[in-house]
Amino acid sequence: MSGFAKWFAKRSPLPEMWREHMAEYYAPKNFNIFYYAGSLLLLMLVFQFVSGFLILVHYVPTAGGAYDSVFGIMYDVDYGWLIQYAHVDGVSLIFLLLYMHMARGMLYGSYRAPRELVWVIGYIIYLAFMAEAFFGYILPYSNLSYWAGTVITSLFKSIPWIGGWVTTLVRGGTGISGDTLGRFMALHVALVFLVIVALVVIHILYLHKVGSNNPDGIEIKENKGPDGHPIDGIPFHPYYSVKDLFGFGVWLFIFAAIIFYNPTFFHIFLERTMSTPANALKSLPDVTPPWYLSPFYAMLRSIPNKNGGIILMCVAVLFPFILPWLDRNPVKSTRFRLVTRIMLLVFFANFIMLAYLGEQPPLPQFFLPERLGAAIYVGFFVLLPFVSKMEPTRTPPKRVHYHAH
Amino acid sequence: MRIRKKLRRFDMKRLVVVLGLVGFLGSFSPNGYAEAHFELKTPHYAFNKATIAAGAKLFAKRCMSCHSVKYMRYEFMKQDLGMSEADVEKYLMLPNGASFKGGMVSAMPPRMAHKWFGVSPPDLSQIIQYRGQDWVYTYLLSFYRDPATPSGWNNHVFPKVAMPDVLAPWGGIVNGQGKVLKKGSESPAKFKAQVTDIVAFLRFVSDPSVFQRWAIGPWVLGLIAFFTFTAYLLKRQYWKGVK
Repeated sequence: MSGFAKWFAKRSPLPEMWREHMAEYYAPKNFNIFYYAGSLLLLMLVFQFVSGFLILVHYVPTAGGAYDSVFGIMYDVDYGWLIQYAHVDGVSLIFLLLYMHMARGMLYGSYRAPRELVWVIGYIIYLAFMAEAFFGYILPYSNLSYWAGTVITSLFKSIPWIGGWVTTLVRGGTGISGDTLGRFMALHVALVFLVIVALVVIHILYLHKVGSNNPDGIEIKENKGPDGHPIDGIPFHPYYSVKDLFGFGVWLFIFAAIIFYNPTFFHIFLERTMSTPANALKSLPDVTPPWYLSPFYAMLRSIPNKNGGIILMCVAVLFPFILPWLDRNPVKSTRFRLVTRIMLLVFFANFIMLAYLGEQPPLPQFFLPERLGAAIYVGFFVLLPFVSKMEPTRTPPKRVHYHAH
Repeated sequence: MRIRKKLRRFDMKRLVVVLGLVGFLGSFSPNGYAEAHFELKTPHYAFNKATIAAGAKLFAKRCMSCHSVKYMRYEFMKQDLGMSEADVEKYLMLPNGASFKGGMVSAMPPRMAHKWFGVSPPDLSQIIQYRGQDWVYTYLLSFYRDPATPSGWNNHVFPKVAMPDVLAPWGGIVNGQGKVLKKGSESPAKFKAQVTDIVAFLRFVSDPSVFQRWAIGPWVLGLIAFFTFTAYLLKRQYWKGVK
């Protein structure tokens, strides 16, 4: 160690943090492709910050200026299209990764003891991302922004007694206007973003306290070698840092391919109605949410009563919070629990079906599938405590399953 | 041991395939719109700078009296399409004191337009992003004579539209049943080609980054691919020791 390094190490917590979270953080060696999602989300968060910062430089949060300023970035700013498309497509990719990340946690029981808080904090991050995305797509003040903002903020109206007052407070007036843009911008770039960053740090700290789960769902800490480190564990750095570097490369390739060759991604990542300015006199034929919020919208719509729909949606959104306590099987990973695995696959397929239905116009032929989808979604959480208690289970191995490449 | 093998077959690859299939099949379901779908396909055309420049000239001549593409600046025609400044001034810029660096804005005052048509003609900068090129192509070819409307014109895909069929002198006039009332000065094939050029121009205007994206894209992807390959070799080297 050089003189300066010694001097620095004496005064800084960084070397110690590096050891604790990177060089001497032992992770199971049998991570599969799903385990890239976590580090990729971190990467995407940085990308969103950089592109968002550059957009904020040019954005004008007023009713008259917002839409023009956003297109000013597209047309007039050098590489403005790159910034804008990266920010827009980044949102969809983040949600793709979030769903991948959560699906992996559900498949391998990563939410189970002792990682309940890791799951709960992670789920709060997901909800915070939903809020962040919502505030974000109001800001361009397109017609979709206007009507989506109107629909979503009107949800607050169903709060008993104070609903009207809360709605006015959220909107900054009786309807969506330039005042709404001001407060949504503050929420989008300051409050919610900082909450996400803080929660991500907390999520990682809580994870590193208990250690990572793995596809076999067994605790590597219960099997330590003579050196005191888990036999099936490898230090995060360099093993997973180089592996994630490779993951970054593959992911960046996909990200860049979308930005350069299909920036609207078939108008799924950037909806058509985003390209026309806000107009209070021209309502959209159907206001559908972006694909990543669509499953919850389908459930909201499946009940032909506003308050009933809102209650169902809230139940659907809140159910995953108690997932760690609904699962009562001693085995974590569904690799050894066939029934739960099948239930999960049905749950995932159903979630995709709900996302599709939520994008369709509100026509009678979709009501039955929507209700069925809502029933399957809620049914999964209701059945899990009983199924997990009764299902046949195989004994997980003592050591993780790993083939050297 | 055998059960274990069987269960392992349930592995991730299979899950990904199943989920992918579900999503794929879902995308084929009919969307159930009750109204008849009357949409033509834009004929195949070469989406290149020459087509777009031809479309720009037609747009300036036949559309820009009323419609702006305000986010587009005249200078972009030189920068992005390689038109000469003299050509831009001669064919595109209206003699209304338009500035080469300024936006392509119609000379018609919106207030007067509103008075004349009941609605001011919308800015078309984002029309292809908003409607899609097939819709715009179909719309331009779907006008017909309708004595019942104030303007005397109607449109199959945009009923009771305020815009008259300004392309009638070239495309001709038809009635609601498609019967030709008056022939246009252009042959139907040439007229359709001209409309396609206008659509190509509007498509470019909707996203003028397209040529820059296509030009840099391969380099960016190549660089990332190279990085990924290097990272893969690095990963393999490190993981050799993991048993």
